[in-house]
Amino acid sequence: MAAPVLCSGCPQRCWALVWVYGRCRHRRGAPVGSTCNWMRGQSSVAQQPLHTARKPRKGEPEWAAVVGLEIHAQISSNSKLFSGSQVCFAAPPNSLVSFFDASLPGTLPVLNRRCVEAAVMTGLALNCHINKKSLFDRKHYFYADLPAGYQITQHRLPIAVNGSLAYSSCAGTKQSQMTTRTVRVKQIQLEQDSGKSLHDDLRSQTLIDLNRAGIGLLELVLEPDVSCGEEAATAVRELQLILQALGTSHAGMAEGQLRVDANVSVHRPGEPLGIRTEVKNLNSIRFLAKAIDYEIQRQIQELENGGEILNETRSFDYKLGCTVPMRDKEGKQDYRFMPEPNLPPLLLYDTASLPAGADSQQVINIDQIRERLPELPRVTRERLVQQYGMSWDHSFTLLNEVDLLAFFQNVMKETRAEPKKVTSWVLNTFLGYLKQQNLAVRESPVTASALAELLDLLDSKAISSSAAKQVFEELWKNEGKTPAQIVSEKKLELMQDQEALEQLCHSVMQAHPHVVMDVKGNPRAINKLIGLVRKATLSRADPTVIKTILERKLSS
Amino acid sequence: MKTMLGRTLREVSAALKQGQITPTELCQKCLSLIKKTKYLNAYITVTEEVALKQAEESEKRYKNGQSLGVLDGIPIAIKDNFSTSGIETTCASNMLKGYVPPYNATVVQKLLDQGALLMGKTNLDEFAMGSGSTDSVFGPVKNPWSYSKQYRERRRQKPHGENEDSNWVITGGSSGGSAAAVSAFTCFAALGSDTGGSTRNPAALCGLVGVKPSYGLVSRHGLIPLVNSMDAPGILTRYVDDAAVVLGMLAGHDPKDSTTVQDPVKPFTLPSLTDVSKLCIGIPKEYLVPELSSEVRSLWSKAADLFESEGAKVVEVSLPHISYSIVCYHVLCTSEVASNMARFDGLQYGHRCDIDVSTEAMYAATRREGFNEVVRGRILSGNFFLLKENYENYFIKAQKVRRLIANDFVNVFNSGVDVLLTPTTLSAAVPYLEFIKEDNRTRSAQDDIFTQAVNMAGLPAVNIPVALSNQGLPIGLQFIGRAFCDQQLLTIAKWFEKQVEFPVTQLQELMDDCSSVLENGKLASMSLKQ
Repeated sequence: MAAPVLCSGCPQRCWALVWVYGRCRHRRGAPVGSTCNWMRGQSSVAQQPLHTARKPRKGEPEWAAVVGLEIHAQISSNSKLFSGSQVCFAAPPNSLVSFFDASLPGTLPVLNRRCVEAAVMTGLALNCHINKKSLFDRKHYFYADLPAGYQITQHRLPIAVNGSLAYSSCAGTKQSQMTTRTVRVKQIQLEQDSGKSLHDDLRSQTLIDLNRAGIGLLELVLEPDVSCGEEAATAVRELQLILQALGTSHAGMAEGQLRVDANVSVHRPGEPLGIRTEVKNLNSIRFLAKAIDYEIQRQIQELENGGEILNETRSFDYKLGCTVPMRDKEGKQDYRFMPEPNLPPLLLYDTASLPAGADSQQVINIDQIRERLPELPRVTRERLVQQYGMSWDHSFTLLNEVDLLAFFQNVMKETRAEPKKVTSWVLNTFLGYLKQQNLAVRESPVTASALAELLDLLDSKAISSSAAKQVFEELWKNEGKTPAQIVSEKKLELMQDQEALEQLCHSVMQAHPHVVMDVKGNPRAINKLIGLVRKATLSRADPTVIKTILERKLSS
Repeated sequence: MKTMLGRTLREVSAALKQGQITPTELCQKCLSLIKKTKYLNAYITVTEEVALKQAEESEKRYKNGQSLGVLDGIPIAIKDNFSTSGIETTCASNMLKGYVPPYNATVVQKLLDQGALLMGKTNLDEFAMGSGSTDSVFGPVKNPWSYSKQYRERRRQKPHGENEDSNWVITGGSSGGSAAAVSAFTCFAALGSDTGGSTRNPAALCGLVGVKPSYGLVSRHGLIPLVNSMDAPGILTRYVDDAAVVLGMLAGHDPKDSTTVQDPVKPFTLPSLTDVSKLCIGIPKEYLVPELSSEVRSLWSKAADLFESEGAKVVEVSLPHISYSIVCYHVLCTSEVASNMARFDGLQYGHRCDIDVSTEAMYAATRREGFNEVVRGRILSGNFFLLKENYENYFIKAQKVRRLIANDFVNVFNSGVDVLLTPTTLSAAVPYLEFIKEDNRTRSAQDDIFTQAVNMAGLPAVNIPVALSNQGLPIGLQFIGRAFCDQQLLTIAKWFEKQVEFPVTQLQELMDDCSSVLENGKLASMSLKQ
């Protein structure tokens, strides 16, 4: 059955907004240079053939892009927004559907407290003003996976407004500098998710799964303060981390727990904003960046070729790497918003306005939620940098990989090793092994305790760092041995016997007289001798000790 | 066994307790009357098996001395727009023919939990849209009074002998099936619904007590909605005390309906007022409309006189915005209807057409086949009012007017008025053939005129049958109370009921079968004689 394209986003966005001039400009042809240099050429902008466009008239300003994001985050909650049905990803189709979810006549919505708390918490984390009174509305459209014929949302008076999302990225040659930008959060509203339609084109039928129908969503409407794909991607990534830190959403894009639509337009600074398109079907952060940058370039080319931009919905085709118009035969929909009569206004309180003797089960205290706010990613990174002397870059990596920060902190708890050493081991060795085998942190064969023990051995100079690598490799095989066991079995202890070491140095020098000769002319040739000695010790000796012995012997 | 069906709930309950009659015997009496009065078309579904099984269980409880209370073993009927688990619930529409809900409405569950016997689901205007109970896919409901001795005797006096069958009068609506069911003694109480007067209007035309509780006092969960912000489950009984018993059982918070009161409500017994001298009765002058029949007007003023003569203060009051109520209601009602009806798309439940060329074509044909013209018309108007370009001019304005109307009532009650006394309908029931000369919309606008504003304001109101018209048909008056002062309202209504001594219907079926029912029936002998 043919079906129209659904626009689940906010329908009539207004664009009376400030364009922040001077960032991320899209200059025709010429490389963008300093303004967007943190894009590192990986975005499609760099690959776009722009030379086909006509030359700019003299004095014509360059193009500026305006990108607004609408984000739907599925609330992490045991039950749905207005019904008691369980929420569970990938459950058998239609196994989590209450009478209300199936819109049986006579059923009524009952607001889930947890979802409200999640919305308040997210609002607070994004510096929003929390509305002490918010309202629910019905948004009408006919679609097979919307059983009631309307979605309950917050159109007139959402739960949170006027916030901001700060997002940072590392820049500079060594990724050592950090730049922070802000995108304003227009509003956060609570609303129902729809079900899923599975189109079977072969048999020309549509199958409906209502498991998702009625799950609580946070719709976050961001102001169009973003001007290119990379900025959008970074902002969304930061939001993802915040939601995960709060526990208000799992925020997985591949699982559909975080869905991003981008409104894109281009114009010449000083001129009115251009006509926008809405880009949908963005199921990863990478595609989000790609799709936005493609769309910006497409619009610029279209306009420069004398064409016009249609106000349309476009889908990102990740195989072709481009956006294509979506079938939308309904045209502009009028959602016929109406107040939801079955839900009284949602009232929230703070400690000052809390009615005396109120049942704590019946009221939500904003201040109490504020006190429960966990550390936000930005603060965590600052703490890591200050506490451990870590680079910004490293702090980003630690937070960006799921569970990696916790792993790092667990290692830190149990080891005497220097934070820098731990950081290096976690980010280089440990993460390297994970990436190589495409494993998640929680799937790692090496536990934080094992790595901590290994680093202790290294720290106490019981083993050399190359021996440590060997031990790590053994640990990775996951044969249930502790680092200490591996060290003793493989005889990897550092050679502490000075006499034996002197003897070894002596033998090596005797066996390689020409290298000894080289050292006389080139002092750096001693490294070769050190290497030879280490090889003879099976890498069990401390190179600095070897060096001392060799230098003494050479000068004598 | 004397006068069993004519008794009050408490009297029957006492009889059941004393073993004068068993629940099964009572149930069978009602079932037999249902069959005999089938021509009234009061029931869409008669749940004989369910009722008999419930009666059997009730009987066991009585035998063991473990009765659940006043309602245990009492036959009741439910309007067919309340969800009943395992029992077809049609809303008198093709759209829901064959729809068997998997759950009970909260009010239904509460009645069953009290041991009440479910006799069946009663007829109504499709989706409760109407004021005659004439627009049902199962055909119109006939008013039992059409076949009463009182009505027939007076018709016979008429010179031109019309065909008796064509003279039958409507029940009013939309809860006409429930009203007919109680009026014909097939049950002791029935649930109706009341959005603009749908319980009080048929109560008035069928000579019954019809209660519309305060909005939020009784759960709407399981009531298939007409206008969510105005719907209230209604109660139809023959006596005020009976209505109070049922209301006491149904009232209170329901976690499944967020618009119900939070405070617990306990079942109550109405006191018998002896002194009304401390009461202040308001007579809203705007209710004196030119269309009001002289009979009703005269009864209304006699009722006011009665209160005054008993020492009550009777004052004329004004509800200045009330005349806008019907237009305002039209906008708000159709808008919510458009929204509420959106779920009937043929996908999940109910009727589905055979067309499968596209989802949209299927929706369109399903809804065209499923809904009658009245429902489709309201959906169309409602969607028009909700369009972005119209919303401000219609919906928002109507909401503002609604607030003004609600404030009118608040002002009147703040001025010291305890209850308002008004007519319920313009006149007594009219013959079906007369009624259908106008369309549903016109009739609804006319017939809701005295009842509708109460729903706008969420107030409790009750119809009390007062007397018979010259034609021998019932006329009722309406009392309107302060929000959540339902008990006070019913207490005053009970006093009034006692004064007026409304006569019992004299139905042929009852005369034949259990004449004893009518032992205490009086032939139009009332203190408020015309």
